[in-house]
Amino acid sequence: MIQRTANIIPRTIARILIPAIQVFGLYVIAHGHGSPGGGFQGGCILAASFILMTIAYGLEDTKRRFTENMNNILSSLGVFIYALTGWMCLLLGANFLDYSALSAILPADPVKARYLGMFIIEVGVGITVMAVMVSLFIDLVTGGKHGEGL
Amino acid sequence: MMMEHLPAIIIVFPLIMAFLINVAGWWSKKACFYMALLAVTVSFLASLGILNTVLQSGTISYRFGGWEPPWGIEYVIDHLNAFMLVIVSGITLPVVLYSKKSIEQELPKKIPQFYTLFTLLMMGLLGITITGDAFNLYVLLEIASITGYALIGLGDEKAPLASFNYLIIGTIGACFYLLGVGYLYIMTGSLNMADLAQRLPALYSSNAVMAAFAFFMVGIAIKMAFFPLHVWLPDAYSHAPSTVSAYVACTMTKVGAYVMIRIMFTVFEPSFSIQLHPVTTIFGWVAAAAMMYGCILAVAQNDLKRMLCYIIIAEVGYIVMGISAANRMGFTGAVLHILNDAFMMACLFLVVGAIYYKTGAKTIGEYRGLFKKMPFTSMSFAVGALSVVGVPPTCGFFSKWYLVLGTINAEQWVFAAALLASSLLSAIVFFRVLQNMFFAPAASSSHDQGSESHVQEKRHEAPGSMLIPIFVTIAGILLLGVFSGQIIEMIIQYTVPEGF
Repeated sequence: MIQRTANIIPRTIARILIPAIQVFGLYVIAHGHGSPGGGFQGGCILAASFILMTIAYGLEDTKRRFTENMNNILSSLGVFIYALTGWMCLLLGANFLDYSALSAILPADPVKARYLGMFIIEVGVGITVMAVMVSLFIDLVTGGKHGEGL
Repeated sequence: MMMEHLPAIIIVFPLIMAFLINVAGWWSKKACFYMALLAVTVSFLASLGILNTVLQSGTISYRFGGWEPPWGIEYVIDHLNAFMLVIVSGITLPVVLYSKKSIEQELPKKIPQFYTLFTLLMMGLLGITITGDAFNLYVLLEIASITGYALIGLGDEKAPLASFNYLIIGTIGACFYLLGVGYLYIMTGSLNMADLAQRLPALYSSNAVMAAFAFFMVGIAIKMAFFPLHVWLPDAYSHAPSTVSAYVACTMTKVGAYVMIRIMFTVFEPSFSIQLHPVTTIFGWVAAAAMMYGCILAVAQNDLKRMLCYIIIAEVGYIVMGISAANRMGFTGAVLHILNDAFMMACLFLVVGAIYYKTGAKTIGEYRGLFKKMPFTSMSFAVGALSVVGVPPTCGFFSKWYLVLGTINAEQWVFAAALLASSLLSAIVFFRVLQNMFFAPAASSSHDQGSESHVQEKRHEAPGSMLIPIFVTIAGILLLGVFSGQIIEMIIQYTVPEGF
């Protein structure tokens, strides 16, 4: 188990950095469809903030903020958002992932709907990548035992 | 209206279900099985619908996101794809029915995880089969492989190591495939298979294209366990849980064979892979070696699952032999053998799993006198074994018949001799098991209760949910044999590449 570090410097720096990292992660996700970046990169950045939190404050503390069940649900939820957006397109009569069909339910014209559709999918990808990265990290550092180990 | 979207549904429905199973596993473990069953059933029905459409109106193309093909990802389904889709999803249905009892016994704590991975594995295999995009194929190949590693790792105490070896070798194989895609992308600027096929002929003399072809072939050979690159297979498949070994044994290698056909004859033209380079001749010799090697090592095995693993290596050799005969007969035999082998391997592995479930028997010695205990299971094993050997009413005979005719038409007498010799060797392999099952008396050490009991051995048959899937595969073996002519006439004759 990773313990809370005794040294105050890493903890303070982590406390300053974590919100900044998370905001930057959200920024990368939100601008992924228009500029370099995207769900995967943003998800990794978000996960990095949780990993930093684990290293500085210990696994116990991180788990209290971001429970394992939550992590599990999020890792499925992201893909689910992706697939559901695709299904909506199917149900609206277009091909799978043809977001322009979403203009029927979104207040936007087909071009704008494509833009929004891509955004929704990037959000889904970001959520899943973040959750999976965090659970990979926890699995690795605890030898798959989560509660004990290390 | 939904009919035209079947190519998306067949992939996306299992994908969604896989993640729903993961979440639903917390509320109810029982629900996982039924959700997986639903996903598989929907995929199977979708594959039948696709096959029907292809038979009636020819090749289907489905554009993801509505983008034009060379830029967007396109799913293309011709006769070969549609045929493979039905095989893969059709074989998944009995396996998933069978998995219920077997997984409850072998992995009671990991039921949701198992069904999540299983559904994803099926989705990956279907995706490899359906896609018309070389890079998309790589992604789905990795989905199928990674779930495969995880599922194999769930097995007995040696499984994690076997799975790790498979992971290393399999990743190298996937990297080779990816390198091949990369080379082609640099040369042509395209990833779409049909588009590549149009752009490549002008570049056939380029060294980079030749290197790409070599990377493809080595990568796929690793994934399909083609002879010198098969070392990961026996360990990985024999230590996996019974359901998993049954499923990967009857689908993974066949899908690999499909990818090989696709790359050799769709992305590249037969003129490149046959006339310009002696690829088929080399593959023919290696395939002959694979058949002999697989069967000889199978004779040497004592563990039933391991024995079947070596038989798979020989069967991969058969399929490649048919492709490398490079004529109509041989190719028909290869495609027919993909179908038949899926059913034969499913049958044998399911039977071995059922016997392990009931008696814990793993080695041939423990199979003594099994016929009295488990008559139906033993009979099923006999049918599957006869089919692998190639005895006439079963389907194994017909595909081998075409394969032999193919090699004879190509005037490769050594290959024909190797086919017949390895059939005889597999007869030795299986008759040794059958002799123990049917005619040897049961080992007396197993019952300690009282004296040498003359009491008739009690019937101890596998549960119905295991027997029914086994019977389905048996019916498949027999019916495919009887109707092989119709299957060739309706589907396979359209899959033969031009110029054969």
